[in-house]
Amino acid sequence: MSAVAGRRRQSGTVPRIVRRTLSTVSPAARPGRGWGCLLCLLAILAARGVLAEGLVIGSKRFTESYILGEILAQTARRAGEDAVTHAQGLGNTAILFAALKAGRIHLYPDYSGTVGRELLKTEATDLDSLNRGLAPLGLGVAVPLGFNNTYALAVPEGLAQRLGLARLGDLAVRPGLRLGLSHEFLNRSDGWRGLKRAYGLPQEPSGLDHGIAYEAIAGGQIDLMDIYATDAKAHRYRLRVLADDQGYFPEYQALLVYRLDVPRRFSQAWAALSRLEGTIDAGRMTAMNAVAELDGQTFAAVAAGFLVKDGARPAAGAQGLWAKLLGPDLWRLTWQHLRLVLLSLAAAVAAGVPLGIWAQRSPAAARPILAAVGLIQTLPALALLAFLIPLLGTIGALPALVALFLYALLPIVRNTYSGLSEIPPHLRESAIALGLPEGARLRLIELPMASRSILAGIQTSAVINVGTATIAAFIGAGGYGERIVTGLALNDHAMLLAGAIPAAALALLVQGAFELADRWLVPAGLRA
Amino acid sequence: MALSIKGLSTSLGGRLALAPTSLDFATGRTTVLLGPSGCGKTTLLKLMVGLVAADSGMVRFQGEPVVATNTAALRQRIGYVIQEGGLFPHLSARDNVALMARYLGREAAWIEWRMAELADLTQLPADLLPRFPAQLSGGQRQRVALMRALMLDPEVLLLDEPLGALDPMTRHRLQIDLKAIFSGLARTVVLVTHDLHEAAWFADAIVLMREARVVQHGPLDDLLERPSDPFVTEFIRTQRADPRLAAA
Repeated sequence: MSAVAGRRRQSGTVPRIVRRTLSTVSPAARPGRGWGCLLCLLAILAARGVLAEGLVIGSKRFTESYILGEILAQTARRAGEDAVTHAQGLGNTAILFAALKAGRIHLYPDYSGTVGRELLKTEATDLDSLNRGLAPLGLGVAVPLGFNNTYALAVPEGLAQRLGLARLGDLAVRPGLRLGLSHEFLNRSDGWRGLKRAYGLPQEPSGLDHGIAYEAIAGGQIDLMDIYATDAKAHRYRLRVLADDQGYFPEYQALLVYRLDVPRRFSQAWAALSRLEGTIDAGRMTAMNAVAELDGQTFAAVAAGFLVKDGARPAAGAQGLWAKLLGPDLWRLTWQHLRLVLLSLAAAVAAGVPLGIWAQRSPAAARPILAAVGLIQTLPALALLAFLIPLLGTIGALPALVALFLYALLPIVRNTYSGLSEIPPHLRESAIALGLPEGARLRLIELPMASRSILAGIQTSAVINVGTATIAAFIGAGGYGERIVTGLALNDHAMLLAGAIPAAALALLVQGAFELADRWLVPAGLRA
Repeated sequence: MALSIKGLSTSLGGRLALAPTSLDFATGRTTVLLGPSGCGKTTLLKLMVGLVAADSGMVRFQGEPVVATNTAALRQRIGYVIQEGGLFPHLSARDNVALMARYLGREAAWIEWRMAELADLTQLPADLLPRFPAQLSGGQRQRVALMRALMLDPEVLLLDEPLGALDPMTRHRLQIDLKAIFSGLARTVVLVTHDLHEAAWFADAIVLMREARVVQHGPLDDLLERPSDPFVTEFIRTQRADPRLAAA
């Protein structure tokens, strides 16, 4: 999961406020070429949310980005902009950037170092250089917010004292230290690889989800993790930040990345947003992160608290599992989850059963078809999603549906194929000898005889899809995954369970529904 | 001739399954294809209904050559019964029998009438019709299979070891019933069996086969008295009843 979480995923979300999801900003638009009418249909169904006419602000899936996104959205609304959508928690930099380029979102908060190194592949991180690099894409950066949220490595205070660790350079002589680094930090060009070279570090780090890393370091399973300057948890977990004595980490000035047409199209909002320049210092940001993460305030409330500046804060909502489970978002998440599962399943049945029939009818086609649907199954879900987003030019429900559709194919195709193949040859011949033409044999004899196997395949796909659909939350498609991802990022077990329990319950329900369907749909003679 | 084949041959999996063979099946007569297993008698039957493709030769049905374009239509004029009946397990006995008539859009009243007539002919109790094949005995299944084959009143009836899977008592009863049905219908019948006694019981003419070839074609008496080949005598001798049992 962590592979998609954002840079500085200062933990995740408080889902009570995650009301709007990306399905509202993923209009059908451009289905990938070659997917045909099926996807067009799906896209239309998937897009039956609000078509975002107004300003759409994105944010990544970590606390700080949520808060900044909320501050930007509320600022735009206060400036009189009518329709402002905050597309929250869209995953990692690549996804946000793709959404921005595709016009699905208009602006989002990011950091100068990230824009330079990750998006433009340049060392320069000053605004002018960045704008020169972004201008050909129709994009720009502006409004530095006032803090530098650079990367840092941190060790537990006790260990630091015992080993005398104060600077990154001190790590070079401690090859035995166990490093647990986030996947994104491990793989970024300005992350571990460069750091290892710059300081000659001998350790072999392991990749760890950022939310889990705090627990791991507190439990003594790792000695060192990556954090960032405004990390609210560093203090809580008594971590010491090691000084970057060689100045390796670049500047990570918080700023806005925006489409160049935004100042013209949303002039009022843009003027208000510009006034945010320099208003948030590192201390302020750290405090806001802490209020959201440690006190459990909603991002909207944190943002509002910042904007009205009167310090009035609603009571923190430390909720129990039960309250989280039955949170007001339950029905929305259930509906989104069911929609993802059912639409993708319907498409998979519509495509998978004919594919299975084709494979069974044509020995030449059987091998490539079965190999292809099997291969899809081996693709990691997040990799598939990351591949689909640029292909489909959108985030949200559509790529999630396509991914679920693809995963659902194997059991359906395979069971259709084997169900038809297992029909005894003498029965197949009896049907031919009766004089029934091919189509009638399929409809009246072979498909009914294979119905039990086909239904079992659909059931398998449905149950697997209920589970797999939880990853849709990474790209803003909603569903129970929203709570799971949040729980994982916040290290909030109750929140994690509040997502996992309904997902498991739904899987059981689906299982039960199919057992009923078996009774209704499978001919009685096959059960005798 | 209701059915005739000329120079018909085929090979299955690279092995010759039927050497070029010519035969006439006289209208209204019962011909039995007889021989040890693997001799090509079932293959010959399947060739005639188009379940196996021919390498050479042709099949004529009522004088008309059977080709790809008319196979499906001609199949509706041929009844086909296999060992164990070949009933579709997901359909009740009634639905199995009515399947093709319904597909062709025959009237429900006609189907009901025909079904009752056939149940009477094959002596299948009508209350068994709603049952699924798995809920019927082997003998009952064969009666239903025969009803299905006769539903559209075919001119030719092909039966591939129809009694092969039945216990001796049931088999004996059904042999008696079947022969009565055949003579009552006066249809052209081709029946495959490896059992000399069954062949002798049903046949107006016997086609004895061995290793993909016809060894002798004629009435039983010809085979007994004028064997064309030592194999004929050998086949008959080994199939004669145990002399001790015959004495008893």
